[in-house]
Amino acid sequence: MSEVTIIDYGLSNLLSVQRAFEHFGATVKFAKTPEEVRSARALVLPGVGAFRDGMEGLQKLGLIEPIRERAGAGVPLLGICLGMQMLFEESEEFGHWEGLGLIPGRVVKIPDHDTESNPQRVPQVGWNALLPAGTESDFDGSLLEGVRPGEEVYFVHSYEAKPTHKEDLLAQTIYGGRRICAAARRGNVTGCQFHPEKSGRVGLCVIREFARAAEL
Amino acid sequence: MADKIRLIARLEVKNDYLVKGIQLEGLRKLGDPHDFAKEYYEDGIDEILYLDIVASLYNRNNLSYILRRTTEDVFIPITVGGGLRTLEDVQKALGQGADKVAINTAAIKDPQLITRVAQAYGSQCMVLSIQAKRRRDAAGWEAYYDNGREHSGLDVVEWAKRGVKLGAGEILLTSVDREGLGRGMDEELIEAVASEVPVPVIATGGAGGVDDIAAAAKKGASAVAVSSLLHYHRATVAGLKEELVKRGVKVRR
Repeated sequence: MSEVTIIDYGLSNLLSVQRAFEHFGATVKFAKTPEEVRSARALVLPGVGAFRDGMEGLQKLGLIEPIRERAGAGVPLLGICLGMQMLFEESEEFGHWEGLGLIPGRVVKIPDHDTESNPQRVPQVGWNALLPAGTESDFDGSLLEGVRPGEEVYFVHSYEAKPTHKEDLLAQTIYGGRRICAAARRGNVTGCQFHPEKSGRVGLCVIREFARAAEL
Repeated sequence: MADKIRLIARLEVKNDYLVKGIQLEGLRKLGDPHDFAKEYYEDGIDEILYLDIVASLYNRNNLSYILRRTTEDVFIPITVGGGLRTLEDVQKALGQGADKVAINTAAIKDPQLITRVAQAYGSQCMVLSIQAKRRRDAAGWEAYYDNGREHSGLDVVEWAKRGVKLGAGEILLTSVDREGLGRGMDEELIEAVASEVPVPVIATGGAGGVDDIAAAAKKGASAVAVSSLLHYHRATVAGLKEELVKRGVKVRR
């Protein structure tokens, strides 16, 4: 039996994430208080919107330290979209904002032109392929285990994460000729820039793997 | 320009039934919208678009039940439209599982609503829906509302440009003249709007086969929303995608 706790800080469509985990028989709880975060066995940090609003939402509920503690204690943590970006150290969205600092790196605006200097649409909205980063040829041993390189998932974002260490980069996608971070991982902490709960069968693979990790 | 086009299933709903009309009139009941959405999802559709087609006439949106059921087993982006008038309506729709909202009538009556929605929830979830009819007495198209019944006096291309400036992240462009006929899309309309706005244009109305979808893509549509073609089983999602690829149009496989 798998139990997943979704952090509810007022900034997201939690229903779709909840439904995706329930699809695999997981019990879904919601955490709005430090105690609820501290008692979680697996944490999901969703999020849509601006980095500042997200961090302020966590701050107001006193959830920043409890999330850091749980992640430090080895509890599986999955950040989705803005939730993934907040795993990093800082963002340049609307000035300078500090993140959770669980994965070294920063969050920057996607350039408004492609590698050939043509204007490109920002945000990236739509389906794009997941590619292994670095020297890996597949996603084995990660939450992307069931995903074949090249399979597509759904993205909606204006900012991209830049992990400091290559080994934290799990998957990339190509937008405007550039490789951008699609997923990052550091130990028990994984972040998906795409929406696994909105990416059909491929996204559900990620949800399933996390639900499995939450069984331990 | 996005290199891949999205194929969207457009489901018009009236009182819990999937319906389909011609030029937005003369509705026929087809069945349970959720069953259709699920079938298209399993067959590879990229997004679902639900439109409550009588909502704006009665100032209500009746999709919450269908939306809740759909989120149980359809895991792709869902857009909801019809009768959404306020930020509260939008918040409710998003809370029930919608990822984006399509707004027509309320945006024409209060264009600042576009900005309020975009600021509160992001441009990516604010889809400006435009129902376009060709002008009889002049060049161009005029924007209609209340399901194609009322004319606004607004020029479609100008309204689309203004909508984007106000914060719309996508344009859902319906050709009322072609809608439901399956005799081809208004390619001039698609080109006129897509060439003037920097955001994705979802073209809809009149697609009778894969050639019409390919033509819309070539005119600059980032997505094509189809209804009769799928609802009457004239084509399948997988079949359409296969044929699009043969015609050099890239899609998600």
